[in-house]
Amino acid sequence: MRVSFSWLREYVDFDLTPSELAERLTMAGLEVEGVEEVGTDLKGVMVAQILSICPHPRADRLSLCQVRVGEEVLPIVCGAGNIKEGDKVPLALVGAELPHGVRIERADIRGQISEGMMCSEAELGLSTNSDGIMILPPEAPVGIPLMDFLNLRDHILEVSLTPNRGDCLSMIGMAREVAALTGGRFHPPTPKLLEGQEQVETFVRISVLDPDLCPRYSARLIKGVQIGPSPLWLRLRLERAGMRSINNVVDVTNYVMLEYGQPLHAFDYDRIKGGQIVVKRAAEGETFFTLDGMERALDRDTLMICDAARPVAIGGIMGGLNSEIQDDTSRVLLESAYFSPAGIRRTSRALGLQTESSYRFERGVDPEGVLPASLRAASLIAELAAGEVAKGVIDCYPSPIPRPQIRLRLAKVNALLGMSLEQKEVEGILERLGIEVKEDQGKEWVLSPPTYRSDITREIDVIEEIGRLKGYDSIPVEIPKMWILPQKRGSEDELEKRAKEVLVGLGFYEVITYSFISPQSLRALRLPSDDPRVHPLPLLNPLTEEQSVMRTTLLPGLLTTASYNLSHKNRDLKLFEIREVYFPKKGKLPEEKRSLAGLAMGVFRAGGWNVSPKEVDFYDIKGCVERLLAELRVPSPIFSSAEGIPYLHPSKGAAVKLEAEEVGTLGELHPEVAEAYELPPGVYIFELDLGPLLKYYRREIKFIPLPKFPSISRDVAVVVDEGVSAEEIRGVIWETKSKHMESVEVFDCYRGDPIPQGKKGLAFRIKYRSSKRTLTDEEVNKFHQEILDRLKEVPGLIIR
Amino acid sequence: MSNSFEETLRFIRESAQRELAQADTEQKVSQIRVAYLGRKGKLTQLLRGLRELPPGQRPRAGELANALKAELEKQIERLLVRLREEAKQRTLTEEKIDITLPGTPLVRGRLHPITQVMDQIVDIFTKMGFRVAEGPQVELDYYNFEALNIPRDHPARDMHDTFYFSEEVLLRTHTSPVQIRVMESQRPPIQIIAPGVVYRRDSDISHTPMFHQVEGLMVDEGISFVHLKGVLTSFVQQMFGEKTRLRFRPSFFPFTEPSAEVDIGCVICKGKGCRVCGGTGWLEILGSGMVDPEVFKTVGYDPEEVTGFAFGMGIERIAMLKYGINDIRLFFTNDMRFLEQF
Repeated sequence: MRVSFSWLREYVDFDLTPSELAERLTMAGLEVEGVEEVGTDLKGVMVAQILSICPHPRADRLSLCQVRVGEEVLPIVCGAGNIKEGDKVPLALVGAELPHGVRIERADIRGQISEGMMCSEAELGLSTNSDGIMILPPEAPVGIPLMDFLNLRDHILEVSLTPNRGDCLSMIGMAREVAALTGGRFHPPTPKLLEGQEQVETFVRISVLDPDLCPRYSARLIKGVQIGPSPLWLRLRLERAGMRSINNVVDVTNYVMLEYGQPLHAFDYDRIKGGQIVVKRAAEGETFFTLDGMERALDRDTLMICDAARPVAIGGIMGGLNSEIQDDTSRVLLESAYFSPAGIRRTSRALGLQTESSYRFERGVDPEGVLPASLRAASLIAELAAGEVAKGVIDCYPSPIPRPQIRLRLAKVNALLGMSLEQKEVEGILERLGIEVKEDQGKEWVLSPPTYRSDITREIDVIEEIGRLKGYDSIPVEIPKMWILPQKRGSEDELEKRAKEVLVGLGFYEVITYSFISPQSLRALRLPSDDPRVHPLPLLNPLTEEQSVMRTTLLPGLLTTASYNLSHKNRDLKLFEIREVYFPKKGKLPEEKRSLAGLAMGVFRAGGWNVSPKEVDFYDIKGCVERLLAELRVPSPIFSSAEGIPYLHPSKGAAVKLEAEEVGTLGELHPEVAEAYELPPGVYIFELDLGPLLKYYRREIKFIPLPKFPSISRDVAVVVDEGVSAEEIRGVIWETKSKHMESVEVFDCYRGDPIPQGKKGLAFRIKYRSSKRTLTDEEVNKFHQEILDRLKEVPGLIIR
Repeated sequence: MSNSFEETLRFIRESAQRELAQADTEQKVSQIRVAYLGRKGKLTQLLRGLRELPPGQRPRAGELANALKAELEKQIERLLVRLREEAKQRTLTEEKIDITLPGTPLVRGRLHPITQVMDQIVDIFTKMGFRVAEGPQVELDYYNFEALNIPRDHPARDMHDTFYFSEEVLLRTHTSPVQIRVMESQRPPIQIIAPGVVYRRDSDISHTPMFHQVEGLMVDEGISFVHLKGVLTSFVQQMFGEKTRLRFRPSFFPFTEPSAEVDIGCVICKGKGCRVCGGTGWLEILGSGMVDPEVFKTVGYDPEEVTGFAFGMGIERIAMLKYGINDIRLFFTNDMRFLEQF
């Protein structure tokens, strides 16, 4: 809310500068986000008087004026048509700077010299009114700075109010708060109303059919109004508060809303059929044109203000086109009501329509403020639009809103705030807040909060107010006694942390991508339609199609990131992400599974003057997964060919298994998928499910005693068909289970001379060791022979 | 003794020394050794010829010849040691390399800056005695709002632009639902910290639809506002430095009362006022408050028996302040040139 400092001072006495007040309010929970100084920027703009007006000899639309400023008379060329001789006007002298960066210079306008510019309100930044030159009242003293005459210097405090402080959405509310904070005297306006002879009841009848949504409805009638512009002071207050000036009657309703916090609505009485107001729920499917010209679809929960025949306003939110104040309006029906906050909020949300009025009603206005605001507005309309107010007010308030009775215990105050406040101190604060003490039982009170503080209903609400007025700074600081509670161990978090360390060590950078992705990015993975990953959880109200479904795999995020980087010339990438993926399931909430995915492309091992760079290949990414799993101490993974994984290259992909369970995939991205993501071929990826890894993850390290005896190794080289995998041959060797065999490893794979075309050479190293003694060469030779014999049985295999 | 023998000795000695003086390699020295002391060496032969001397002269001649042999051997040995040392030094010098060439490129990745800041925050609290707790990101309206005293038609819902899956299922807008889930599952004392990702339907230079928070909750008998101030003061000092100024400012959250925002002295301008702090000298970094009695009633705790405080903070904001980042979206575009800096 924009709070005018000078306006505030009309209602409360205090001795603070604008910035001191801002600090005070901020520290009391009414955060001031900024202080704007206004009305100081019109140096060189003076009050001047037009002595004569002649037509410009060479321009039809321009006139040549002689304008007096103090002792000087200046020639001014002007294009406005609303001036006459003798008018007092603002004159910007040569050298003056206007708010929108306009600098006034001596000008030659078609052969006539102009020594300045007469200004409109808009040109002076006073309002948005640009219809002609601003005409000042006749009593304005010629020759003094305009700002000194208008007394427009002010500070606007931009106050960010929390939703519980609806009572401060007004100047009076703010003044009350400032009075409570500073102890200064609070003196709200005391409007006087001259009423006419005719009773309001002779014009208006009101029936409220849905009092649950509208507990209080009041109306006044003002006759004989003359619709016209508002005076400058009123327009300025509205505009500085961020509202637009419409006409005197509508401006008054808005002004009183800003002043009292009570939204009001003015109807053209002659457009209200039957002089009747009926407050009731709309019919389902009904539509209505609001003031802004929009047609609104209504439902059964929309509260409408109707006349004898039709709706004329959406209660508490916006009036209707059919009954708005027009230039020829002469009788005004003034509504002041209290609408149910929850009802207003529901309707405002359903219609997607938030107004100054709905904003205040949904935060709760003062039910006892309905009539004072109505009176104030009626008196202002009478004053500014020459109206005559009918006698009395119709007030429909069948069941008054009960005021809460709150028990407050001094002991509870001190226990919660951790202070030791005295009874007197607490009572002093209650008094400043206008909280009435109904019963005083020494260290306990029964309280009744003021009607404008709908946020105070419980003991805790009062305790908060006491803390707030006392000042949080005066509350001591103390470290509580903490319990020593064990941290959870062996969790997915721990596994994740470990995996991150390992991947970072392997040169991968962690990325964080959005959990929602585009359905297209999933489809681009070529997954079949029965794959659960192409059936993600859709958002009802996504921001964009790009972020409309919850991801079921981390790959789209990584691939999109790679694509982004590539387009920014970051070609060598090693990225990973460990985050949740989401699968719809029976029950209300989806399954959230943690997944781990990585991507590598371009240079895998950096080159330098002494080493050549290495582009990533299948074995690099496989090495990463092997290293990662080894560091997580899960059992040795099994890699099987991944012909059925549609997003992987059909010959360069693998499924990763732990025991018999598939835990992930790795390999080169299928070229078609790469293309869909605007990536070149040669992108390598892996994705693992963290859940199963956790099952196999061994946190505890078990020490294995160092071998006491040396190992002996034997090598064997074989030639096999290209189609035979190294793992198959290794398996054959391992399965001989030769005595003392410790390990079998591939240490070479070669092709070309002397190996014939279509075949490859593989070399294995077999290690033997006994835990009881040093093995002899003869023994080992015997074991080795068994292996050779077994290998010879393999069809097509030649031992070299 | 014959003068000629002594002269021969002198002659041998002089010629040997002359040759040794010129020898500059190990090899040449070895040749000299062989020439004088080898089996057929000049001195060896002279020694062999001793027996041809008259017996009376033999002892004296032998003594002199052996003395020369010892002298030469010693000299040769010294010379060899010197030459070897010189050769070694020469080799080391010749192995000189250009130490200004860059080292072999070794790589290591980095954790995302959000992870780093989150870990740091969680670390501070776990060292104080808080335990890490978690909850789902796709949450029920009940946990995200209702149980936190934010009923359906409460204006406080305006503070949370929410992504929905259905009427009652949504993406959590804060980590506070974890408070409810923890309190539902156990009795006090509670000391938890809940880091995690949250979502709001908002996107511009200072908002991303996904961001991170850390939530904290402490519930026990006799917990009061002084303890809230104590724990958060300690946190701020550990996170931002011991001399960091901080202030507690009244605010409003539906699930805490009294509520407080915590501001720290601007880390950029040190409180003088700058663009980052909007000229106030203060930066808002976290929200906190005493747990509202309504929340306790919802989870079946008696607010007359236990009290507690809760707090929450946005990680991106803290990371932006810490590193001087001005656009929150950078965290989620994952540009390598960004990631490499942390």
